[in-house]
Amino acid sequence: MPVPEMLEFFVDPGRCIGCQACIQACSECDTHKGQSMIQLDYVDRARSTQTLPVICMHCDSPTCAEVCPADAIKRTEDGVVQTARKPRCIACNNCVLACPFGVPKMSTRMNLMMKCDMCYDRTSIGLKPMCASVCPSQALAFGTRAELAKLRPGSKPVNTFQFGRQTIRTKVNVMVPMGVRREIVDVTAAMYEPTIGRDILDDAFFEEALFEEASLGVREP
Amino acid sequence: MSHTTTDAPVPVGTRSVPPDGASPRKQPRWRRDFPIDWQEDDYVSRRDLIKYVVLTSGAFVVGQLCVVYKSLFARRATAFEASAVASVNELAVGGAKTFAYPPGSTPRLLVRTGARAFVAYDQQCTHLQCPVIPVVEQGKLHCPCHNGWFDLRTGDAIAGPPQRRLPRVLVEVRADTVYATGVEDAAT
Repeated sequence: MPVPEMLEFFVDPGRCIGCQACIQACSECDTHKGQSMIQLDYVDRARSTQTLPVICMHCDSPTCAEVCPADAIKRTEDGVVQTARKPRCIACNNCVLACPFGVPKMSTRMNLMMKCDMCYDRTSIGLKPMCASVCPSQALAFGTRAELAKLRPGSKPVNTFQFGRQTIRTKVNVMVPMGVRREIVDVTAAMYEPTIGRDILDDAFFEEALFEEASLGVREP
Repeated sequence: MSHTTTDAPVPVGTRSVPPDGASPRKQPRWRRDFPIDWQEDDYVSRRDLIKYVVLTSGAFVVGQLCVVYKSLFARRATAFEASAVASVNELAVGGAKTFAYPPGSTPRLLVRTGARAFVAYDQQCTHLQCPVIPVVEQGKLHCPCHNGWFDLRTGDAIAGPPQRRLPRVLVEVRADTVYATGVEDAAT
């Protein structure tokens, strides 16, 4: 049974309070084999309490599946990208490296890539995913668009992302402030902007690029 | 492998969109053969099923015909020639020696069971090809690998894992020499 079409997932990082309830709940889902597939990112831990729950965005054109050499990652008819199929997964980690959102996780214990499958056993019968059912601030919300519009008059859902030249449309929506004009979230645009407070570069490619630019006289190092 | 497709824009969550965004029809063959969507991955077209069934059954039929051909026509063309393998006095009663018959065969075992009585069998156990050892006082041949036993008089398997009897080499005593004259088929 597919996930009902009118029910959608909405992530609102601004509402996340970092309580980790979603992480605990995720591991209790029947399809997750006791493994939690949500990770909580700290945006700038030294200066801010802001956290950010990362769940699978369920892309229209899943990069994880595109790079899978074993044809193991499949998308169901309702657009939910499932955990790699056990008989096929060769634990090569391609999907882990390729996913622009950093979602797939390699379970070395099982030699299997496991990822958020939107609690398929629950959502396919109309229930909320575990994380959305426990999230106290509803940073992870599951419901209809109309419900969300009523609850969050100040924000709107966006589901198109830009990673360099790759445009990604996703099944899961991210809530952005209503005033934002752009319909596309350019994720990598701010990648090389210096961070606030601590300016430590650990990107060898970027350092190389800077060095080249300096040697060509384009920019001072 | 894929379903009938149209060029209409694909709504979100119905079919995965290839990275180039082109219609599914314009995608390369490999993409149609390894679709990302579960439904299309599981989908088997009628033509593919028929192809699979026909080719598989065809392979079985060819295999059976090979077996029939082998059993009907692939018998040994030339008769065995008698060849001397030992002199009577060479072996004491109860003694044994190995020989090859016809030349180049697997080792055969010649056993002297009486004054002018000799038997010969293939030395390889019919279970897993270990060499068998004659136990003349018990009238048996023993394979020590898995404790298999054969009858020394007939070569029949009498105990242990072997199911088939040992191939028998026909021997004949002429004057003071033992001649091998033929090999009985292993299959009973």
